[in-house]
Amino acid sequence: MGILEVKNVGKRFGGLQALGDVNLSVKENTCHAIIGPNGAGKSTLLNCLIGKLIPDTGSVMFDGQSVLGRKPHEINQMGISRVFQTPEIFGDLSVFENVMIPCFAKRDGSFRMHAYESCDAETDIIAKAEAMLDEVNMLEKRNVVASSLSRGDKRRLEMAMCLSQKPKLLLLDEPTAGMARADTNNTIDLLKTIKAKGELTMCIIEHDMHVVFSLADRITVLAQGTPLVEDTPENIKGHPKVREAYLGEAEV
Amino acid sequence: MTDQTTDTRMDATRPRASAAHKSSGLLGLTGKDLGLFIIVALLTILAPFILNPFPEGSALAQFNGGYPDLMQRFVIFGIFAIGFNILFGLTGYLSFGHAAFLGVGSYAAIWMMKLLTLNVIPAIIMSIVFAGIFALVVGYISLRRSGIYFSILTLAFAQMSYALAYSVLTPITGGETGLQLKATDTPLLSNLGPTEIGRANFFGVDMRASYEMAIGDWLFTFNAGYYIAAVFMLLSFYLAIRLFRSPFGMMLRAVKSNQQRMNYTGLNSRPYTLAAFVISGMYAGLAGGLMVAMDTQVGPERMFWTASGEVVLMTILGGAGTLIGPVLGAGMIKYMENIVSKINDGILHQWFAFMPDGIEDFLVFVIHPFIGKGWHLTLGLLFMLVVIFLPGGLVEGGQRIASVFRRKETKTSTVEKSAAEQQQHSE
Amino acid sequence: MDGLILQILNGLDKGSAYALIALGLTLIFGTLGVVNFAHGALFMIGAFCAVTLQRILNLGFVDEGATSSSVGGFSFGGAQETPYVEHWFGEAVGGTIIDWSVPLAILFAIPVMMLVGIAMERGLIKHFYKRPHADQILVTFGLAIVLQEVVKFYFGANPIPTPAPDAFTGSFDFGVLIGYDPFTIVYPYWRLVYFVFAMVIIAAVFGFLQFTTFGMVVRAGMADRETVGLLGIDIDKRFTIMFAIAACVAGLAGVMYTPINSPNYHMGMDFLVLSFVVVVVGGMGSLPGAVLAGFLLGILESFASMAEVIDIVPGINQIIIYLVAIVILLTRPRGLMGRKGVMEE
Repeated sequence: MGILEVKNVGKRFGGLQALGDVNLSVKENTCHAIIGPNGAGKSTLLNCLIGKLIPDTGSVMFDGQSVLGRKPHEINQMGISRVFQTPEIFGDLSVFENVMIPCFAKRDGSFRMHAYESCDAETDIIAKAEAMLDEVNMLEKRNVVASSLSRGDKRRLEMAMCLSQKPKLLLLDEPTAGMARADTNNTIDLLKTIKAKGELTMCIIEHDMHVVFSLADRITVLAQGTPLVEDTPENIKGHPKVREAYLGEAEV
Repeated sequence: MTDQTTDTRMDATRPRASAAHKSSGLLGLTGKDLGLFIIVALLTILAPFILNPFPEGSALAQFNGGYPDLMQRFVIFGIFAIGFNILFGLTGYLSFGHAAFLGVGSYAAIWMMKLLTLNVIPAIIMSIVFAGIFALVVGYISLRRSGIYFSILTLAFAQMSYALAYSVLTPITGGETGLQLKATDTPLLSNLGPTEIGRANFFGVDMRASYEMAIGDWLFTFNAGYYIAAVFMLLSFYLAIRLFRSPFGMMLRAVKSNQQRMNYTGLNSRPYTLAAFVISGMYAGLAGGLMVAMDTQVGPERMFWTASGEVVLMTILGGAGTLIGPVLGAGMIKYMENIVSKINDGILHQWFAFMPDGIEDFLVFVIHPFIGKGWHLTLGLLFMLVVIFLPGGLVEGGQRIASVFRRKETKTSTVEKSAAEQQQHSE
Repeated sequence: MDGLILQILNGLDKGSAYALIALGLTLIFGTLGVVNFAHGALFMIGAFCAVTLQRILNLGFVDEGATSSSVGGFSFGGAQETPYVEHWFGEAVGGTIIDWSVPLAILFAIPVMMLVGIAMERGLIKHFYKRPHADQILVTFGLAIVLQEVVKFYFGANPIPTPAPDAFTGSFDFGVLIGYDPFTIVYPYWRLVYFVFAMVIIAAVFGFLQFTTFGMVVRAGMADRETVGLLGIDIDKRFTIMFAIAACVAGLAGVMYTPINSPNYHMGMDFLVLSFVVVVVGGMGSLPGAVLAGFLLGILESFASMAEVIDIVPGINQIIIYLVAIVILLTRPRGLMGRKGVMEE
């Protein structure tokens, strides 16, 4: 029994069957990659997991509880964090505040009316946020307004925000899309470090096979809304069906 | 919009030091905030002096703003704008119907004075309570939409309130003529003579009581009503500072910055915005209650949408999202309303008398549309200029000027550098 | 039944004004993506074009030499002014021109409104395309204040009567036409003119968008602005023209409305608030929605003012439009005919 169990999930947009009959089981503390050509339904699947979309059929169980029908903030409070394709951060706020906010969410839940206490008095939150920023090597940028960061830094910040919540499951939607090689490698290193700690499960959607094979323990290949194969990276590499689905798209 | 948070950006620097020392400073405020609060407190207490810089009888005496009526307006509209700013400045939700809460507060207050007691404190408490309840209802419904839809919804609610107060609710609101204290009113806890019209008081101190102090040619008026309103303003301002620096305030800024990220971070943005809406509605109610405490009357025009527009003008003009901005904006607009509107051609001729006649007449001709009754034109132009060139309002203007000087003097610190970068970025 | 018909008719003129303003607002919003709070001011400027023309036509000189030129040879203390138009074209023609000043003002208002529209778009709105909607609302709100104050400065604060031509001042018995007793459904001529005029303008705008290549590009731009931009079409210039057209529509609506309500400087704002509600009810970005909602709300408002209705629900006439808007916004956030995703975060 995995921490995330997706059973018979289907989603239709008008005449388009975006997801056919998806079954997926992600084991705890592993990294599970979902790959597939454009339009295979990867993002749709991810959106179903975080409550952005509600699937037409099937069930999504996380840690023994159903995810379906819950609001995004409730799903996050269950322990699922998500890194978006284009980094979603609080652009008007400082880097440090960006990390403080998820720490508050983790400690105080989805709403708390603490309008009289000062942020400065929240020493535990400050310490946590500082440690987190240190971990992603951004402590010296703590007072920078987040929107003025480089793309790579924005990604690192978003990662720090997600990790500061100590999620059980981290969903990553093409975390290196549009990144320069050096930034990609940095990101891989960061994810590897996180993975090495063995404290959280990762589910990653990625086009870059270099990233996938550096990180994944298991890989699911999605094509036209249905899973084609699920196997270890070694077996996926030479799989004929995968080659067929990609038609040379992948640089394996 | 990024540089609207110029002021709040500064507090990004603050947690740095505080991890080490936990000292909370005076009143729980630290550094700049404490300084700001003390300055505002001093200005408010000394307002009768500061606003009356010109001796009585001099040509410039008409620019004295230190008379009770105007000073009361300064602080009352200051409260209104501080409250509006908690909603708009922090969350970015632009309400075009905030005057409705002011109106509800006023009606609640006058009824307390008619029925229960002429003491202003219960009236003010009731005005806050009623405005808060009304804001809860309106906010609960309006906040289901965002952006322009939210603006239209609040506008619709306010216009409905106005129309109802004007017509159907006449038994409660007095309709077009509104409500005022009458000789027939016999508040339970006040002993009034049979034909005596009640006057608002604060535990026996008449709100209209004034002490006049003459020093040489100068005349200063200290008015009881003003000081009571001023105490409420300082309290409101203090609470607003606390709110701005609190985790709650940070969450509100997160709403404005990226609501989607906020929800995916496990925070429910709805109760945060609703709480901000209700708090700002209660500030508006307090302002409405204080208005009644000062002049014991209320009419439906107080809820008309132009009144809602006015508080928007005040907040933006001063600097939305900043602490002191709304107060500055409120002061500036009320000063213009009362003083600039008094300037006439005769005064202009006096001012420019030293110039040759032709130029004098020309200048008077050019300036004429902007003064007297045309002060709204000046206001509109000023407002446009601020929105176009200074989205952070007068506060941002002040900061830009200050940073020019500072850059000359010392090396820029990290924060200023980032602020400067931010400004270049936005330009 | 006759009462119902009368109320529908009564709702038409206000509905026409709402529809025309909402149409312009939607054009601007749909093409430029700008929320224009100064649109009511354009309506007001249009109305004051009519006032201006009336004043220009009535400009005259005191003809002291004339003995029996005007008013049947009877002159009031010798200070009787003779308008230049009467002097130049003769009393009959000149008098008719003055009498017809409101319809004539259409010709005067078109170039004026075009210029105002272009100046506004190039001078101000253009710089706000990329700024948040809140900023757009604020700056156009400021502009609206400025425009109405300028008008107040030149024309004063009081309403200025601008009568319709004599031929249209009376009422006609609509009831007789459709088989009712005389005097049951009496309707002023000018309101009918206004309604017909509004229909013509609306038809012209829709025809223009539907049947010209220019209109096709604009419609494409409304549907997907970025793609049209990518096709190498200079969308900006077309949008400027669209803004000018929207300004014209609002302006003409204002010109023709003057005989119904004497124009004052704040009429624009009064109409704007309601027109925004109309746009939201119709569906942000939907032109047919704007027109439909305009007439619907105009008629609804008129029904709500019937004595029978007010007896049951007092005050309903004052709040009906807002009430409808709130219900629509909450149950059908896209409005009656709105597209998905417009202005929704």
